[in-house]
Amino acid sequence: MTADEARAMYRMMRLIRRYEDQMAEIYVEGKTPLFSIAAGTVPGEMHLAAGQEPVAVGVCRHLRPEDAVTSTHRPHHVAIAKGVDLKRMTAEIFGRQDGLCGGKGGHMHLFDPAVHFSCSGIVGAGFPPAVGSAMAFRRAGDDRVAVAFAGEGAANQGTFHESLNLAALWHLPVVFVIEDNHYAVSVPKAGSTAIAKNSDRAAAYGVPGLYVAGNDVLAVDEVAREAIARARAGSGPTLIEIETSRLYGHFQGDAEGYLQAGEKDAWRQQDPIPRFRQMLMERNWLTAAEDAEIEAAVAKEVADAVDYARQSETPDPSTALTGVFAAPEVSQAS
Amino acid sequence: MATSVAERKLTMARAISEAIDQAMTEDPSVLVMGEDVGPYGGIFGATGGLYEKWGSERVLDTPISESAFIGAAIGASAEGLRPIVELMFVDFFGVAMDQIYNHLAKNYYMSGGTVKHPVVLMTAVGGGYSDAAQHSQVLTGLFAHIPGLKVVMPSNAFDAKGLMLEAIADDNPVLFAFHKGLMGLGWMPSDDQAAVGVPESSYRIPFGQAAVARPGRDATIVTIGAMVHRAVRAAEAVRDRIDAEVIDLRTLVPIDRAAIVDSVRRTHRLLVVDEDYRSFGMSGEVAAIAAEEALDYLEAPIRRLAVPDVPIPYSRVLEQAVIPSADAIEAVLTAWARGA
Ligand SMILES: Cc1ncc(C[n+]2csc(CCOP(=O)(O)OP(=O)(O)O)c2C)c(N)n1
Ligand SMILES: [Mg+2]
Repeated sequence: MTADEARAMYRMMRLIRRYEDQMAEIYVEGKTPLFSIAAGTVPGEMHLAAGQEPVAVGVCRHLRPEDAVTSTHRPHHVAIAKGVDLKRMTAEIFGRQDGLCGGKGGHMHLFDPAVHFSCSGIVGAGFPPAVGSAMAFRRAGDDRVAVAFAGEGAANQGTFHESLNLAALWHLPVVFVIEDNHYAVSVPKAGSTAIAKNSDRAAAYGVPGLYVAGNDVLAVDEVAREAIARARAGSGPTLIEIETSRLYGHFQGDAEGYLQAGEKDAWRQQDPIPRFRQMLMERNWLTAAEDAEIEAAVAKEVADAVDYARQSETPDPSTALTGVFAAPEVSQAS
Repeated sequence: MATSVAERKLTMARAISEAIDQAMTEDPSVLVMGEDVGPYGGIFGATGGLYEKWGSERVLDTPISESAFIGAAIGASAEGLRPIVELMFVDFFGVAMDQIYNHLAKNYYMSGGTVKHPVVLMTAVGGGYSDAAQHSQVLTGLFAHIPGLKVVMPSNAFDAKGLMLEAIADDNPVLFAFHKGLMGLGWMPSDDQAAVGVPESSYRIPFGQAAVARPGRDATIVTIGAMVHRAVRAAEAVRDRIDAEVIDLRTLVPIDRAAIVDSVRRTHRLLVVDEDYRSFGMSGEVAAIAAEEALDYLEAPIRRLAVPDVPIPYSRVLEQAVIPSADAIEAVLTAWARGA
């Protein structure tokens, strides 16, 4: 790891954090004094990933644009780290016509085929498509890989186990990444999962399973590097579970009454971004001036994306009725 | 609608949790399981207070393993329990459909009537708040299509309580769908018309009995769930020009054919309003019933308003273009009033 690489990771984490903080602010725009999920600039559910930057950055930094990634209902951090177009992603979240999906998808359904990124609002839905992408890459005879990201709650879904088995059986270039942020909505991991570490479940399918504790981007980086290299080399799938933390609620507006006293404070104290900054500074890999530069640069990048989204028009309502099928259109409308 | 004189108004969410609580009191074999149904009280409040009262033996938070916990209701019910299983959004049932449509729904028939599954599948339906294609569907037609499943969708708190108590008492699997926009949640727009007087006593509303939400002479609107209130508002808006009757089916399976046929024979016009997809669903079914039993009475072609066979789009303007609105209902009535 060079200083430049470490700074790039730090910058990416800052960009994601800035983005999520900005989304949190924009989300309440038009929803005060009385909160309504249907109101405001950005309506609908909003699941933010602040705190989970190490997962996205540590893994995606080993990916190329042509590698495939599937993500979840909490997709922004992974999307940004995978290189999804920030302006068009933001416009999509705003429901505008210049959005990635013309306003049809929204925050849980971002598709950017240019960087082989997709996500879904259905828990556990991303594992099988990643296996399929890996199949296609193997058939194409190149060294591309697929990575499926999902929460620890998703590891209790049948798709997780079926996909691990399939990927192992067919020896496919796919990496499964479980983001263990301790909770699935209100249910703590221990209340839903029979064993402490999902990574141990890899043994059932004869693939390597690694747990990365501490929400530490460098530790993630190391484990992901190896897993992705294995996949590229044709040595088969790996399961990685990464301890992380969710600094906002499950969704924006979540009162989080289910958290233990002090739990959130502990996560905040362990915020991975200040910790990483401190480490970089101690190694003399980052100066205060560079840090300020990064802060200004990511703030501008996010502001530009938000401006782009605000300036984009709302879609023409008639587009709601088209695009159900690839050409030629089929219409059952009377 | 409720003819009861109960003064106590409840939200639909409270009415549902009260019904479940009363059933749990009356029958120790009733239990609740699902995601976030415990301390959280259900994402839409349908199990509020139950965990505090009944504890984790009878109100169970489950892993996100729907095939397992919905399928578990099959075995549990065969062995004498009466599970109420919540899965937050109807959109999520895809992952557990085999347990539902090949087993839960069919076992009674396949076993020659020897195995019963008194199970309530409870779930939230509907859109209108920009939650996009995987969190806004209604899909009741999909369940109603499967022989062996009863399908219930209340439009107000009084019906919700009575229908829930009936669902729990029923020896068959029942899909109980509540519309998010009727639950009376602070954080989600909710139709005021859904919060009505609810008696404290336990009572049941038999399935297959539609309610007349608004009597009328000139046209029949058959609908269900949240669309009932839209239809009533539209009918009121044009009452000087056309007197429309609004029929709230309350249950899709069984469906109250007589209520549909009797009304159409009186009014000679039929509009079906459904928040589900148009093709192969409730609107087609109701139109078929009218065609089978009241065709000679119709003075105008049957009209349907439903989601026009597109996924629910995210962007507000797009979503509003596909979910039937009171304006669209009014437009049909107005055209009829002009003699169309
Ligand atoms: C099949 C399915 N079941 C339930 C849900 C509702 N749901 C959305 S997110 C979520 C919790 C997911 O927890 P986890 O996988 O740990 O991800 P996190 O939210 O913590 O990022 C649940 C239950 C869903 N979207 N899909
Ligand atoms: Mg989680």
